[in-house]
Amino acid sequence: MTTINAKDYDYIDLNNKIRKSEKVCELNNCLGQRFISAGLKNKIITINGTPGNALGAYLNGAEITVNGNAQDAVGDTMNDGKIVIYGNIGDAAGYAMRGGSIYVKGNAGYRAGIHMKEYKEKIPAIVIGGKAGSFLGEYQAGGIIIVLGLENSDEIVGNFPCTGMHGGKMLLRSDCKNVRFPENLSVKAATDKDMEEFDKYISEFCRLFGADKEKIMNSAFTIITPDTKNPYKQMYVMN
Amino acid sequence: MGVEFIYPEFEVIRNTNRCITCRVCERQCANEVHIYDDENKVMLADESKCVNCQRCVSLCPTRALKIVKSDCRLRENANWTDGTIKEIYKQANSGGVLLSSMGNPNSFPVYWDKILINASQVTNPSIDPLREPMETKVFLGKKPSFIERDKKGNLKNNLTPQIELSMPVMFSAMSYGSISYNAHKSLAMAAENLGICYNTGEGGLHEDFYVYGKNTIVQVASGRFGVHEKYLNAGCAIEIKMGQGAKPGIGGHLPGTKIVGDVSRTRMIPEGTDAISPAPHHDIYSIEDLRQLVYSLKEATNYKKPIIVKVAAVHNIAAIASGIARSGADIIAIDGFRGGTGAAPTRIRDNVGIPIELALAACDKRLRDEGIRNNVSLVIGGSIRSSSDVVKAVALGADACYVATAALLALGCHLCRTCQTGKCNWGIATQNPELVKRLNPEIGSKRLINLMTAWKHEIKELMGGMGINSIETLRGNRLMLRGIGINEKELEILGISHAGE
Repeated sequence: MTTINAKDYDYIDLNNKIRKSEKVCELNNCLGQRFISAGLKNKIITINGTPGNALGAYLNGAEITVNGNAQDAVGDTMNDGKIVIYGNIGDAAGYAMRGGSIYVKGNAGYRAGIHMKEYKEKIPAIVIGGKAGSFLGEYQAGGIIIVLGLENSDEIVGNFPCTGMHGGKMLLRSDCKNVRFPENLSVKAATDKDMEEFDKYISEFCRLFGADKEKIMNSAFTIITPDTKNPYKQMYVMN
Repeated sequence: MGVEFIYPEFEVIRNTNRCITCRVCERQCANEVHIYDDENKVMLADESKCVNCQRCVSLCPTRALKIVKSDCRLRENANWTDGTIKEIYKQANSGGVLLSSMGNPNSFPVYWDKILINASQVTNPSIDPLREPMETKVFLGKKPSFIERDKKGNLKNNLTPQIELSMPVMFSAMSYGSISYNAHKSLAMAAENLGICYNTGEGGLHEDFYVYGKNTIVQVASGRFGVHEKYLNAGCAIEIKMGQGAKPGIGGHLPGTKIVGDVSRTRMIPEGTDAISPAPHHDIYSIEDLRQLVYSLKEATNYKKPIIVKVAAVHNIAAIASGIARSGADIIAIDGFRGGTGAAPTRIRDNVGIPIELALAACDKRLRDEGIRNNVSLVIGGSIRSSSDVVKAVALGADACYVATAALLALGCHLCRTCQTGKCNWGIATQNPELVKRLNPEIGSKRLINLMTAWKHEIKELMGGMGINSIETLRGNRLMLRGIGINEKELEILGISHAGE
């Protein structure tokens, strides 16, 4: 294992160190360095501290654990791998991600899972333990977004969730009575059969963060899917 | 027929003395205009479906066909033109947003045609490119502002990655999906042969074309289709698409009907689903945010690829370019309002943005004034139609030009402007396998090579005439240009004198 004291490096040097490190790598005293492990595969990285924006951008198979909070654009355009955050994350997490998974113990900022997509066996997933900010799953084109709303008494998601959603699935641990969704969506109470599909993600969340699965499951869940994959088909006339 | 009926725009004129009812026209027309009447043994036509792509005209073996504009016109009105009225009918019939393709066809000023090029007479002799060496090679990327030496006094290579081009022209972004596999292959093959670049557009890179990587610019747009680590490292540069000249400020929707087979695989989205590129990158709200995307791409490719930021030419473009130059981008690409498109809302295409000539002159001046011109290269596009347009652009300050419409014309496009239907009879803007195979990449690439080789020679002749023997000497050399028939303000923005001065 390689241990790096991140305090001594800016992001260029730090990423060079990580590229050259052994497969298992630990960063201590991380404080705001951006782009950590961008595009990496075949690494297992533990970060103690607070990584900067675009953590794991274009991630291609590496596994990242953050013992702390993460900032904006975690897992931007991520292709494969896993990011686990023992804290909160900032805005635009998992923008356009198409593979791998992101698990967050705490809350997510605005625009989590924007334009996530999927293709065949590559189905990305974001699981958020706390609540999510506004514009959750905007333009969602594929993949799975789960928000559990643990330890939050107020609303599980901010304003305008699922705007422009045209693929994938979203699962919110709430009856969503107070959440306003746009048109062209199917918003339903999740059935037991629906929940089977999400079981592996919720189980993994509980394993990672030591949450009580029974307690989590003992709640209403709402599943949101688009009811058209061609939302703009009727909008145009040929000229 | 009724109030929603619009009389066909074109008429099919068939010379029955020449027609041998071979039915080539019928087989060639994906719009199903031509019909064979088995009973009377004659060819008929349903001109309401005709888009005037000229495919039948070109392939009729006896030259029996021509397509003409219909003379069934509404009463003439300089304010309410035929086109304007028919657009209203279409919208009243459908409630839809008008959708068009290819560049803005309206009669706005074309400044290239109002600029004249200098030539040497008596003093400063002209150069004959057939006899003397001429350099058309250019390198795109940030140029270092100082020389670095190590302790022993040896020169340190502090040059950041560059794109090397044999001539100041590249094929601009057209996605696989908006154009066909064979069109992409033609562009890739030609770019490799010519020592220039083509651009994947935002639809990802087909696995068969990774071999052309050295001559490929890979694009990252707001939809991030087909973007992954291998893709980012596949090309010689990465282009962040912020905007497009034909539709500044809006995103793109490739309809689900075009997301089939390989297109779906290359974009990495399911078949039949709309490919939606949102209007903005939702992680970019400022120059600082842009810088973040630029550097995340540099980190993901280990600083081995220059980053291009492409924007549409809009108001205040000079300030925008200055911001981009400070974001860490190596190259700025600016797309003028005449730039082509596979589909754009008509109103946006025809009314939004500014001419590339003015945008280029303004940006080059601004970057010079701020002392940051060498931090970036400037690539411009948006209707570069000929080698003289290229020469004028370089003299106005461009490092290179993007061409797309001219390249498509070389491949057989007849500018019928109906790419959005996906029924391109020339095998370019379609995913129908029967139509795609009409474009032979061997022939297509040869025609592109011919066109660019001819342009290269013309560029040398134009430069030679000015007594200039390299693109480097021509770049930003506005003394070589004069305006004709344009006003003081236009001359001021272009930074050139009037003819006769």
